[in-house]
Amino acid sequence: MLKKLSIAAVAALSLTAGGALAAGGESHVHDVDFSFEGPFGKFDQNQLQRGLQIYTEVCSACHGMRYVPIRTLADEGGPHLPADQVRAYAEQTFEVFDAELDDYRPAKPTDHFPEGGDPNAPDLSLMAKARAGFHGPYGTGINQMFKGMGGPEYIVSILTGYTGEEKEEAGTTYYENTAFPGGWISMAPPLYGEDVEFADGHSNELHHEAEDVSAFLMWAAEPKMMARKQAGFVGVLMLVLLASLLFLTNKKLWAPIKGKEFHG
Amino acid sequence: MSGIPHDHYEPKTGAEKWLHSRLPVVGLIYDTIMIPTPKNLNWWWIWGIVLAFCLVLQIVTGIVLAMHYTPHVDYAFASIEHIMRDVNGGHMLRYIHMNGASLFFFAVYIHIFRGLFYGSYKAPREITWIVGMLIFLMMMGTGFMGYVLPWGQMSFWGATVITGLFGAIPFIGDALQTWLLGGPAVDNYTLNRFFSLHYLLPFVIAALVVVHIWAFHTTGNNNPTGVEVRRGSKEEAKKDTLPFWPYFVIKDLVGLAIVLVVFFAVVGFMPNYFGHPDNYLEANPLVTPAHIVPEWYFLPFYAILRAFTADVWVVMAASWITGGIIDAKFFGVIAMFGAIAVMAIVPWLDTSRVRSGRFRPMFKWWFYLLILDFIVLMWAGAMPAEGIYAMISLIGSAYWFGYFLVILPILGVIEKPTTPPTSIEEDFNAHYGKPAE
Repeated sequence: MLKKLSIAAVAALSLTAGGALAAGGESHVHDVDFSFEGPFGKFDQNQLQRGLQIYTEVCSACHGMRYVPIRTLADEGGPHLPADQVRAYAEQTFEVFDAELDDYRPAKPTDHFPEGGDPNAPDLSLMAKARAGFHGPYGTGINQMFKGMGGPEYIVSILTGYTGEEKEEAGTTYYENTAFPGGWISMAPPLYGEDVEFADGHSNELHHEAEDVSAFLMWAAEPKMMARKQAGFVGVLMLVLLASLLFLTNKKLWAPIKGKEFHG
Repeated sequence: MSGIPHDHYEPKTGAEKWLHSRLPVVGLIYDTIMIPTPKNLNWWWIWGIVLAFCLVLQIVTGIVLAMHYTPHVDYAFASIEHIMRDVNGGHMLRYIHMNGASLFFFAVYIHIFRGLFYGSYKAPREITWIVGMLIFLMMMGTGFMGYVLPWGQMSFWGATVITGLFGAIPFIGDALQTWLLGGPAVDNYTLNRFFSLHYLLPFVIAALVVVHIWAFHTTGNNNPTGVEVRRGSKEEAKKDTLPFWPYFVIKDLVGLAIVLVVFFAVVGFMPNYFGHPDNYLEANPLVTPAHIVPEWYFLPFYAILRAFTADVWVVMAASWITGGIIDAKFFGVIAMFGAIAVMAIVPWLDTSRVRSGRFRPMFKWWFYLLILDFIVLMWAGAMPAEGIYAMISLIGSAYWFGYFLVILPILGVIEKPTTPPTSIEEDFNAHYGKPAE
């Protein structure tokens, strides 16, 4: 009986961890099968590079990524660009304010991505984790647990969720969006499809662009994801081995006490 | 140290005798780990080791994290990102520490409910129980303050809501709240003192854990039958017990290793599942989150806090009797702390002469209902405090208090318990047959 109850307790825990969105407006977030989902999921390096291109050419006009060092673009488990390419990217793309020079200078790989041009546009460094939410069903978090539905899905849904309706309130234009809590967002549709040209000729349809940039933002929020999953996998494997050995040791140790013979 | 007769440490070599006559530390360690332990302990008894492991894990990871963390409102959030991105292994350290808190509370709840079922709180183990409750309170304080340190949105607003509770205390509330916060609102002073206390309290917990262990090493462990170890002679005691090392150390380590398999799967594959996504937004005093939720392990008590609104009759009665000194907010605070207080005084509320729930046919069902109640309260605490959820929280809270204050005292009188075995040996042999001679 107690065993059954403990299973019920675990199930209830996973339920109560949710509820985050329960009070917000109804928003529709759809599932996307990203390459990085599940215990063995990995970032798709090409997708991250395409996402970086979209971020650079579109998003960074307004948004910043103040917690992400540019040098990490060269890291394994990320876009993994060659070091000289990262240096060239930093210099040619961004200008940062240098307190020592008291002036702007071209960015270096050791700088972080600069803040965005629009003070109202939120920083995107952690957006994919901050919007992980518990996207259904009923705010329970079950979709997050089993389908891996979280922040990247939310971002894709926002980027593809515009209905085309607009309204003006107190001088601000709001755009109807099926994924945004409350239904109206102040960000104009940033992507329409065919916004960027990829060097490798990859599709630039709207939903492909949305998925690519969402994957990139997931990497930006969780750059050590692949290292973490690997550490987790090794940890689980070693502990299973340890638990098995301890289990057998324990069985042998107790066998004479319990009046049993040990067949290890 | 132990009340159960057993062999004590005898120094043999000259060096051992030299040390023993000056500092009997080897003897202390020997007596501690060789303590006679009831041999019928079941798997619900492994959580003590899990908890000891959690404390060490949190202290070790926490000390390293503190080397890279900056307790200042302008840098705290950025320093966490620095740990996550730049510090070698920092992301694993932080995720282990974060989820370590969840494991700690998961384990302590099972440990507490195990004690409640098998009557581990009953005489002569009241001190062990009370010290355990103090540890639990300290854990809650430490967990709460630790959650504030990353300085995310939930950190800030959680701190604002919870410290606001102290402001509800009549007369001294405002002064107390200001004193806790170090100023009029949650700010840099608050973050600094929370960091300081978050570092201090685990060591207080460690000291209390020593007292907790000391106390139950004096009385001996409880066991699933609730029947005491026979202690007429060493030989008699040996029939009921086995030394803690190696029998229970190895058994507990099996349990710990299995628990850690699940723990590492969570850390490696879904480390943010038990956290709140809003805490990846930096604290902003100007933007209130739509829905402020504490960490999952506070939810049952949070539900009790919110259950007593101004339209509940007991609140109205309390308010009328005290001339308005006790309002709904203060009543909620009393209820929340009261929920832990009634648990702490359970040794004197339970009137049954039989210790273990195994031999109490009626008690069992009320106990299972209490666990269900705890889970329902946890769920209700995560939901918005409105409509049906408020009602469910109120019913759940009523049962929590009813269980300790009404059901336990009455059950002991009206219930007819079944007969426990005469000895632990008898219980053990009933399961496994007589040991091979």
